[in-house]
Amino acid sequence: MGYVPVKGGTQAIDASIKRLKYERLKGQEVIEINTIMSTMRAMVDQVMSESSLYSPYLAALAIKQAEGSMEEAVFLMRAHRSTLPRPYYSQTVEPEKMFVERRISASFKDIPGGQLLGATYDYTHRLLDFNLIEENPVENMQWLQSYKEALNQVASLDKVIYFPKVVDYLREEGLFETHEADNTPPIDITKQSLQFPSTRSERLQVLTRGQTGAVTSLGYASLRGYGQVHPNVGEVRVGAVPIYVQHPNETEQNEEDEFYIGEITVTEVESFVPNNVKNENNEYELELEIGYGICYGQNETKAIAMSILDQCLEHQESDFPTHDEEFVLLHIDSVESTGFISHLKLPHYVTFQSKLDSIRQVKKGGQKVEN
Amino acid sequence: MKTNTHFAFFDEGSKKEIRRAIMKAVAIPGYQVPFASREMPIARGWGTGGLQITLSIIGKSDVLKVIDQGADESVNAVSIKKLVHETTGVELTEQTAEASIIQSRHRIPEVPLTKDQIIVLQVPMPEPLRKVEAREYMTKRMHSEDDYSGVWLMLFEQIMKYGKTATSADHPVYVNDRYVMAPSPIPRFDNGKMHQTDALILLGAGREKKIYAVPPYTNVESLAFEDYPFTVESFEGQQCLLCGSTDVFLDELIDKESGKTIYQCNDTSYCMDQLNKKEEAEVQTSYA
Repeated sequence: MGYVPVKGGTQAIDASIKRLKYERLKGQEVIEINTIMSTMRAMVDQVMSESSLYSPYLAALAIKQAEGSMEEAVFLMRAHRSTLPRPYYSQTVEPEKMFVERRISASFKDIPGGQLLGATYDYTHRLLDFNLIEENPVENMQWLQSYKEALNQVASLDKVIYFPKVVDYLREEGLFETHEADNTPPIDITKQSLQFPSTRSERLQVLTRGQTGAVTSLGYASLRGYGQVHPNVGEVRVGAVPIYVQHPNETEQNEEDEFYIGEITVTEVESFVPNNVKNENNEYELELEIGYGICYGQNETKAIAMSILDQCLEHQESDFPTHDEEFVLLHIDSVESTGFISHLKLPHYVTFQSKLDSIRQVKKGGQKVEN
Repeated sequence: MKTNTHFAFFDEGSKKEIRRAIMKAVAIPGYQVPFASREMPIARGWGTGGLQITLSIIGKSDVLKVIDQGADESVNAVSIKKLVHETTGVELTEQTAEASIIQSRHRIPEVPLTKDQIIVLQVPMPEPLRKVEAREYMTKRMHSEDDYSGVWLMLFEQIMKYGKTATSADHPVYVNDRYVMAPSPIPRFDNGKMHQTDALILLGAGREKKIYAVPPYTNVESLAFEDYPFTVESFEGQQCLLCGSTDVFLDELIDKESGKTIYQCNDTSYCMDQLNKKEEAEVQTSYA
């Protein structure tokens, strides 16, 4: 006799990690970081968004290391993120200055600046393309060549133009209230734990780094009936925005002296949501409000769902769970939810023994209380 | 590109910040101090709260012991030990008495702790009122208003339904006659070990972003009614198959050959110690 449970952990772990490496290598194919970066754009974008670390290169490395597991890749990035020093906060990013690659409005046909479809899966037919099984690099090259030639024939403007926001047009008409810019410095949720009631800056941060599936599901639930927000998409835009930081020691703050440190691609959504508001005469009036969604990379579903949830959480008086900030904000983080669910795989011998004891004692029938 | 990690993984600023939260927790026994919990290289829910405490207090001369549900060799204990060792190089031990820091999941060792030791407990759900109230905003208020009627009612309802309180592990405790605290899912058997202990007890919940503490020589009382006193898990008439101990928390196992239920110390290092002592005694008597 002498059965000792959970012994030999060290060797077991070593063997398991070896086996994991074997699983990744056994097919004898090596995928290059560059291959992932240039062919798995959507996945790279999603990993960056959920891990809230903008680096296509590191995201591709994480995807490679995690064998394509989204939760693992995000986890690797987050763990890496927490080791990085954070010496600067960027200046406020103006999405009006976005170098727009795609921009549509579902609210107006004819928006100032026009609709720009850009690259989207929206109108592809989802039929498996068996031609991709054997792609020919030479043919691909030819295709690229002729695509570029065709592009050259399109007349281009001499200067860069910026697209105005769709909402600006409606503001001019008085359909949207013009709010004073709130320049309170945002609370950094990675440096200070979330406290309730939360501020909007905290809510937006949690939403934008939320797990794509979780944010989408809750947004969908609200849309379908477990919530009171059914928006019109005012504007979806995808493109690159420039990031500037200020000199850390310079006391004079001059926009000209700011440092450009690069650009990031984001998806930005403004949803229009009608709401009942009381006016000065205490009468109800219908007014449009904006639900805001933004995330790293091109991930329109998530950004739209985020805009719904943002609006939901602006109206917490509603009884639906999608309007409850704790319900939404505390359950959509990928690292937290997958971590806690997976911890159930850890041994629970002691806690289970304790539970067994409790049930046995109850079955023995402590002192039954009469009546 | 190969980079070395900093001593104990964290940058010094992070450690300082976590230590500040720990100091506050020690100053207000049983109060849950929110802190900016970091993402760690191990998963949320797998001991990141405990790990962050350990990494922020550990020094080069410390000796570390890590246990998971009583066992030093349990896979997750090994994994945590490995991470701390790789980033600090501190000495590791399985002997409870030799350790200066003990990180544990859901057990307090059988050997009484000393004033030179710190025990770090990993906590999945730090809020003892969560079963009563789902919202953090409300439970925080209940604590500040000393409103613990909900948790008392929960125990009362169990008595009405089952004729006794039916809590298992994580039976709530009163700390310093002020805060009701989740002792982490240690069995009821271990609750008593928190009372007036010589060691400092630190509790860390990484996912829930809370740190709390029981300083040495603090009153810790398990919630119970006068006519329905607090009871611990019963192992009446049972003893450890290996070392024969009786007044310890036992694991219930099934003998592969006979199919009978057998019992064994849950605290593996304690059990080993008892066996060694026995053997020593035997050797000495036979020598004599």
